[in-house]
Amino acid sequence: MNLENRKRELVKDFSPILLKSTKWNKIWMVILTAIILVGLYAFFLQLFKGHIVTGMRDNVVWGVYIINFIFFICLSYSGAFIGGILHFFKTPWKNSVSRIVEIITVLSLIIGPIFILLCIGRLDRLHYLFIYPRIQSPITWDIIAIITDLIGCFIYLYLTFIPDFAILRDNSEGMPKWRQKLYKKLAINYQDTPSQRERLHKITRTMSAMIIALAIVAYSVLAWIFSLTLQPGWNSTIFAPYFIIAGLYSGAAVIIIAMYLIRKYFKLQHYIRKVHFLGAGVVLLVLSLLYGYFTFSEYFSRWFSHKITDANLLDTLFTRYFWHFVFANYIGILLPIAILFFKKLRNIKTITFAAFIAVFGLWVNRYLIVVPTLETPYLPIQDTREEYIHYTATWVEWSLSLAGVAAFVLFFLLLMKLVPIIPMSGIIDNERENRKPVQKL
Amino acid sequence: MENNKDNKKATNRRKFLKLGLMSSVSAVAGASVLSNLAQDDEKTSSGEKVRVLTPEGKMVEVDAASINNYPEAHISPKEAREGIPNKSFVMVIDLARCKNARKCVEACQRGHNLDYHEEFMKVQLIQDNEEGSPYWFPKPCFHCEEPPCVTVCPTGATFKRSDNIVLIDNTRCIGCKFCITSCPYSARQFNWAHDGDDMENAEGLYSPETSTPQTEGTVIKCDFCPDLVRQGELPYCAKACPMGVIYFGDKNEDIVTNGSETVRFSELIAERGGYRHLEHLGTKPNVYYLPAVNRQFPLERGFEIEEDIIERYKDVPYVQDLKKKGKI
Repeated sequence: MNLENRKRELVKDFSPILLKSTKWNKIWMVILTAIILVGLYAFFLQLFKGHIVTGMRDNVVWGVYIINFIFFICLSYSGAFIGGILHFFKTPWKNSVSRIVEIITVLSLIIGPIFILLCIGRLDRLHYLFIYPRIQSPITWDIIAIITDLIGCFIYLYLTFIPDFAILRDNSEGMPKWRQKLYKKLAINYQDTPSQRERLHKITRTMSAMIIALAIVAYSVLAWIFSLTLQPGWNSTIFAPYFIIAGLYSGAAVIIIAMYLIRKYFKLQHYIRKVHFLGAGVVLLVLSLLYGYFTFSEYFSRWFSHKITDANLLDTLFTRYFWHFVFANYIGILLPIAILFFKKLRNIKTITFAAFIAVFGLWVNRYLIVVPTLETPYLPIQDTREEYIHYTATWVEWSLSLAGVAAFVLFFLLLMKLVPIIPMSGIIDNERENRKPVQKL
Repeated sequence: MENNKDNKKATNRRKFLKLGLMSSVSAVAGASVLSNLAQDDEKTSSGEKVRVLTPEGKMVEVDAASINNYPEAHISPKEAREGIPNKSFVMVIDLARCKNARKCVEACQRGHNLDYHEEFMKVQLIQDNEEGSPYWFPKPCFHCEEPPCVTVCPTGATFKRSDNIVLIDNTRCIGCKFCITSCPYSARQFNWAHDGDDMENAEGLYSPETSTPQTEGTVIKCDFCPDLVRQGELPYCAKACPMGVIYFGDKNEDIVTNGSETVRFSELIAERGGYRHLEHLGTKPNVYYLPAVNRQFPLERGFEIEEDIIERYKDVPYVQDLKKKGKI
């Protein structure tokens, strides 16, 4: 019964985050909603005026949207991967970060596909994908993979939420009526009996292994959308593993950034500690070395064999996109390595800074994979009007991209109002096993 | 002498055609290709004889009055998926004769209701190597034997027909643009904006064979003009070329023609060193090129065009050279 008291204590601890909105919290919500509204306006503009309002043209038919799509899907994928690994191997300090990871996974998997929909010229015909499906098309594979992945991640996220819903239900005195009802529904009569607990752990464990597999499949298929075409910059055998490593890299980095912000703004220093940052920093270091290695191999073989089309592509990368290239593939990889490599340099702020550089660099790297390739096809672009040759994203594309990020943050904040960002059930489980207070992690 | 034999066959075919025409539109589609003979044999003879090519690829001489003047039959998107039976269309482009007169481009734009900047046929200025002299390179869709665009289409909006033609059904296309990125020849374009008049009353009028009227938000490309081919005409580009650069015909019959000259396809390719562009990609195009040897026009003739079109070649080193020398 000691544990019951502990549960009540925890709910009390977290209820300010759940129930009360600070002034800043409200201001942020308003700002985020405003950004999303501007994005919605841009969306309707694109819907009614056509894709002419974007910077995409005949040669660069995919632009910032597909880059955001890859970016968010790779966040989700790596979230699933990292979350699955944390859970499956029962990593000791996982509890404080696992929910952050899981929420990132699901949210980015909801926001990512919206960006691929923005690439589609006729949204009114979207159902044709199901009426006239063609299994040969990698797009069909992608749809199947993403939908399966989404369902899998949803189930997984929900499974990890159930014990917390139950705790909240049992300790909801004083909460608004709708919350009490909601928690009761969502807890699906979970009473935390040993048999229930064991069953839930078993299912969650199985799901955690499954979403790792699902994530690998989904992200490989996404990489194949590019690498199965004949385009000089895309037709590469290492694209699928390269994308997976790149995804993990950015995913780990985003998790670090999220940890930092949540710790700072919700005063959770007690739960999210330096040790988490150091651990995540080492993971990011390993991933940045791997990612750098893949990036190097990809460009090195293109440069060394210098087929004329590859040479043209590299030429573009080193002239028109010189600073992008330097930022994405030198600064974006080497700087995090430099910071994370030396133990003395590792602290919460530097690790977060390295993570920020990594995320931004990776986004630019995706840009370099998509845009310059489309600008240097096999047959040189000629007999095309000037404004159709190069790509510059318009405000519509930028505002929709920002809206995507804003929606991500807003949903994150809202979810944090629904369940504690640190799984209470995990703390209870730890204490039950160790009979020690949480301070020992 | 062969003609006599064929005349008999032709009569039978005429009867068949007549039946077909009366029964259904799709039967017309199937039956009459490259020659559309009249339904009324008993029409008064005009006395004028015309030589036409039958579906079997034989030349026959018929009365001019009996040549068909049907309005073109409407081929619905569903019917357009069937190729014209026993046909295997090919195009041969004679690079030695091209001087970038751009009549092919313009005729194609008129025929398909394209605007000034939309081109199914592009003319590129290619220089194979540093020593080689540049040449004009008209580039339609290659209607590949192994079309990457068709493989990647998630809805089957683009399809390969039995007669070699790769078409787009823009009532099916969702505009995902995957086919555009998968085409190594950049043959495909996107319909970016609403074009007012083109869109109106599209219902029932649209045929993938004519690619008109267009629909915003879908993919467009060269279609080999099957609507014209069904009526026994050459595609717009081949018809319009004043130099006879573009030959069009049927590989099964081994005949291609540029309108003024009809030759055996296999001989033309064998004798003139015909090749396909970027053969190593394995897409097996159905457009062949005859190398630009013994040119009939100096390359510079290609610059006798509008200023803004010359501007489209400004990135070609050769053009930059010419500009430096003040020649254009």
